[in-house]
This record gives sequence, structure tokens and C-alpha cells, in this order.
Amino acid sequence: MSTIQSGAKKRRVPPKSSSRRENRAGLAFVTPTFLVVLVVVILPILWTVLLAFQNAKLVDIQENGLFGRWTLDNFSQVFGSPGFWSSLGTTLLYTVGSTAGSVVLGLIAALALRRPFRGRGALRAAMLLPYVAPVVAVSFVWEVALSPQYGIVNEWGHKLFGWDDPIAFLSTRSYEVGLFGLHFDIPLALLTVIAFETWRYFPFAFLFMLARLQAVPAGLEEAAEVDGATLSQRFRHILLPQLLPVIALLSVLRFIMTFNKFDDIYLLTGGGSGTDVVAVRVYDFLTSRFDVGAASAQALVLAVVLMALLGIYFKFFGKKMQEESA
Amino acid sequence: MTPTPTMTREEAERTARPLPSARRSRPRMTRAQFEERFFGVLRWVVIAFLAAITIVPFYYMLMLSVKPIDALLLDPGNLWVSAKDFTLDTYESVLKSSEEGGQGFLGMLLNSALVAVATVLLTLAAAVPGAYAVSRLKFFGNRQVSAVFLAVYLFPATLLAVPLFVMFAKMGLSGSLVGLAIVYIAQTVPVSIYMLKNYFVTIPFSIEEAAAIDGASRLQTVRKIILPLALPTLMATGLYVFMIAWNEFLFALLFLAADPELWTVSLGLQQLANGIEVSKTVLMAGSVVLTIPVVLLFFSAERLLTEGLTSGADKG
Repeated sequence: MSTIQSGAKKRRVPPKSSSRRENRAGLAFVTPTFLVVLVVVILPILWTVLLAFQNAKLVDIQENGLFGRWTLDNFSQVFGSPGFWSSLGTTLLYTVGSTAGSVVLGLIAALALRRPFRGRGALRAAMLLPYVAPVVAVSFVWEVALSPQYGIVNEWGHKLFGWDDPIAFLSTRSYEVGLFGLHFDIPLALLTVIAFETWRYFPFAFLFMLARLQAVPAGLEEAAEVDGATLSQRFRHILLPQLLPVIALLSVLRFIMTFNKFDDIYLLTGGGSGTDVVAVRVYDFLTSRFDVGAASAQALVLAVVLMALLGIYFKFFGKKMQEESA
Repeated sequence: MTPTPTMTREEAERTARPLPSARRSRPRMTRAQFEERFFGVLRWVVIAFLAAITIVPFYYMLMLSVKPIDALLLDPGNLWVSAKDFTLDTYESVLKSSEEGGQGFLGMLLNSALVAVATVLLTLAAAVPGAYAVSRLKFFGNRQVSAVFLAVYLFPATLLAVPLFVMFAKMGLSGSLVGLAIVYIAQTVPVSIYMLKNYFVTIPFSIEEAAAIDGASRLQTVRKIILPLALPTLMATGLYVFMIAWNEFLFALLFLAADPELWTVSLGLQQLANGIEVSKTVLMAGSVVLTIPVVLLFFSAERLLTEGLTSGADKG
């Protein structure tokens, strides 16, 4: 094998025409992908940018074509409305909560399922169910289970914990809780959608972290155990540093995906009761007001905010991560 | 619980002496023993909790789908279905076409399957050469390709919706399954390229060179050498794409909502769940029908899929 390789290497030495051929083959091979992405992703994004600066309603753009009259009205309208800022805040809360929730629960699950036990394979497979099942089906199950009229959660809450009134989990903006004589309000519907998102995506984090955990050399931990390090110390000083790069990667991935998420909230609450994230707001502007310009402007602001957050992240943590893994 | 705060990893590895608590030979439990026991118990609590939150919702779905609606309304807290209540009428009613008084899920299943299969085939057709080029060939813009493709996920899907809607309307593709499949391809090609590329780079270069010496052209090499080797990864990628296309909801809603004939199962279920005329248990049967194909496919190739998805994660 190795002799063939070195022989072939030598034959590749006169490179000019062959490297040009390689260049051409490479470009030809990516062309189909590039075309699809260009037509269905890049061009629409550019068009949205144009639309954000026009006074466009859905009927207009069918006739006007690409360029209408330029205006900044959409942005002043977006930034001027109080709804937008609270919606952006909700989006951030929702994203941070769901990302942290799914990564932490995934980590706990990976630690619990690390060592073999009877039925581990079956449980591991079952745990992926929330992630693979269609969102429409699982959100419907949650809706029925949490329903104040015929939901199992309220029924059991009444029986086991003595809840007086059924709780409308998905349509209560703020719920008053008393704890140690203190009363405060919690944003119940928002917490419920965060719980849903955590539940649906922890398997994803679990998979990645389990794969990483199983690649940690056993000798490291054994040595620490011989030295008398306790379980929590072994986790803190040996496993956690090994896991950090995966945790960081997962957090960024989940953050991006959740920030733009539409389906889950739209299906569970329709964006009502304090769960009005920007993605759902954009959809509402589009379908109920047919205000394409304002919808585009909001979507654009959302994308810019996301990129700014990512930029900050990579500026401060990207370098550190590289140093650590180097 | 808290470990010595100043100890770094290096120190922990260097220190050969046991911790003070382990040296004391009193009958009291040492900290290490206590932790072993505490986390040993906690582990089973966590395992039970995880089993409950992942299995119970799906059991609940299945159980409600074989109950008449009165049984649910009468006793909503019941996690069991009695033999007297057990019925499969819900499935009959959800699957039958609307002319026969059902909800027409059989037709929707066909729509979903058509879109998903077309998406898988076309996505792979575009992603295989793309991934091969990115992993093997030096060409102008090689480095940038991955970045550009991943940028797809930075933009909210709702942002693409307006222009796509108008564009497709002009091309006569809106309100058609073809238009939907095209959007899905664009959404799934980047991640497919990523998964395939991760595998392609592990195939030794020498194999290809041997083929080249034997006179195989580049295309022949890909078809006869790379593809057979990559078959498991190819299947994993295909399954993942199928899952995404089968489960997708937003674009189906935007393009097909007005046209019940073309509804996919996801869209159909959501549209019917919004109204009040169809009973919840019949819709639960619909949920089961929607969930079963992906779950079956997934479990038939679970190992393949999880490995394909997480390959590279173990390298840190």
C-alpha cells in the first residue's frame, strides 16, 4: 500500500495541468449544490434586504419587481413599536433558557448513561424519541396533556398535589406563586415552551456528549481515583475540561437554531401569552397584515442581532477555545 | 461537595498523596465513599426520570389514540385503556378519505412520502459530489464553500419565506409539492455535505490513487470506490434528510395551506387540530400515523445514524 502511495505521489509531481484539472473538477462537483443554495437561499436573502427598505405590501411586489421606492419607514416602524423590543427580549430569554436547559439535561443524561447497565441500549434509543418525532405530533400531545379541561397533568396535579383550579399552562402570561410567604409572578407560558424545547433537544446534546465521554481515556480517571479524587472531583477536574469544547459547540449550535425557531412556539401557543418571539411576529406581519416590508425589516434585524451575538462570542471565547485545544 | 478550589487539573494529576479525608481511618464514611453512594443512588433516580419523560408522552399518545373521546373526557387522568373502551375506529376515521367521511390522512401520507423521498434522492445527488470536492479536491474557493453553506442556518426560515413565495408564484411552483421539495433540498444539503465530508476524509487517499493508476476517471472512482465504501454513511445521511423533510412544517404551511389536496401529514394534523370539529382522540391517531414512519426508520438504523451525526465529536 505504502509503496503505491509514494509511487503515486511522485507521479503527481508535474502539477500544472493536473492541478488546473482538479480545480475544474472541484468547481463542477460543487456546482449543483451551489445552484440550489443560490436560488433558494442566497437570492431570497438578498431580496429580503431590498424589501426591508421598500414600502412593500404583498400585492405590490407581485407587480413592482425588484426595485420600488427606497425608504427607511420599515425600520423606524419596527424600532418605534414597543412590541418589537419586548419580543426581542422574549426571544433572548427563550433562546438562553432552552439552550441552557437542553445542554445541561443532556450532560446529566450522558453522565447517568455512561456506564453500561441492563436496558441501557433500549433507554438510549427511547431517549432519542423526542428529537426524532415530528414537532406537530409532539406539540399536539403536550397541548392535550396540559389542557385545563381534559389534560392529564391538571388531573394528576389536582389529585396528588391538591391544585384547586386547573392551570392553563399554555395561555397564562404570568402565574402567581407563593413560596415561603413571598408572592411573585412567573411567566408560565414562556417557561412551558422553554421546557418543551429543553425536552425536545436534550437528546441531541446527550448524543454528542456521550460520544465525547466515551472517548475520554480510561487511564486518566483511574489514575485520579488511585490518587483518592472523589467522584465530583473527577468530574470537575477531568471530565469537565474534556467536555468543554463539545459543550461550547453545542451551546452555539442550539443558540443559533433556537433563536430562529418558529414551529415550536407557533404550534404550542401561537405566540400568545408572553411567548411572542420575533420569528412568530414576522410570520404574523406576513400572513395577517401582508406587510412584507415590515416583516422583512424585522427578520433582518433578527439576523443582525444573531450575527452580532455570535461575533461577540467568537471574539471572546473563540480564541480561548483554540488555545485550550491546542 | 465542592472540591478544593485552587487545585487545577495538572496539580490533581501530579499529586500522588491521597486526600486528607481518605487517610482518616474512622468508621465514619469517607467523602469518597459518601459520594460513591450518593451519586450511585442519584444515577438511578436520573435514569428513572429520563425514562419517564421520554416514554410516557409517547405512551400517552398511543393510549389516547385507541380510546373513544367520551372515555377521555370522563376520566382524563386515566393512563390505561379498558378492554371495553378499546377501539380502532379512530384510525379508520383518520385514514379514510374525506369523501368517505374521514380525514384523508392516507392521501397526506402519500404526499409526505413523495416529498420526503424526492428530497432525499436529490439532496444526496447534489451532496455527494459536493462533499467529495470539499474533502478531496483543491479548487478555488474550497475553504469558503463550507462557510457559505453553513450560513444558511444563520437566517430565520421566515426570512426566506416571502421572496420564495413570490418567486415560486411567478414560476408556477407555489402550491405544488415540487416547490416544497426544492426548498427542503436547500435546507438539507449543507448538513448532508458536512456529514458526508466527515466520512470521506477518513477514506485513505491511496485507494483512489490506485484506481487512478488503473485508469479510472474521477467520476468512475467516486462511483465505484467511494460510494460503496461510504454506503453506511450515505444511508445515515439519507435517513436524517428524510426525517427533516417528513417533519417539516413551516414551508408546508406557507406554500400548501390553501390546498388541502396537497397537505402533508404534519400540515394536515396542525390544520385539523386548530379546529374543534375533529375529536382529540381521532387526532391522536393522526399523530401516531405521523410519528410511526420516522420512528420506525430511525430505530431500524439507530446506530448508523447516531454515529454518522456525532462522528468528529469524539475528536474534541
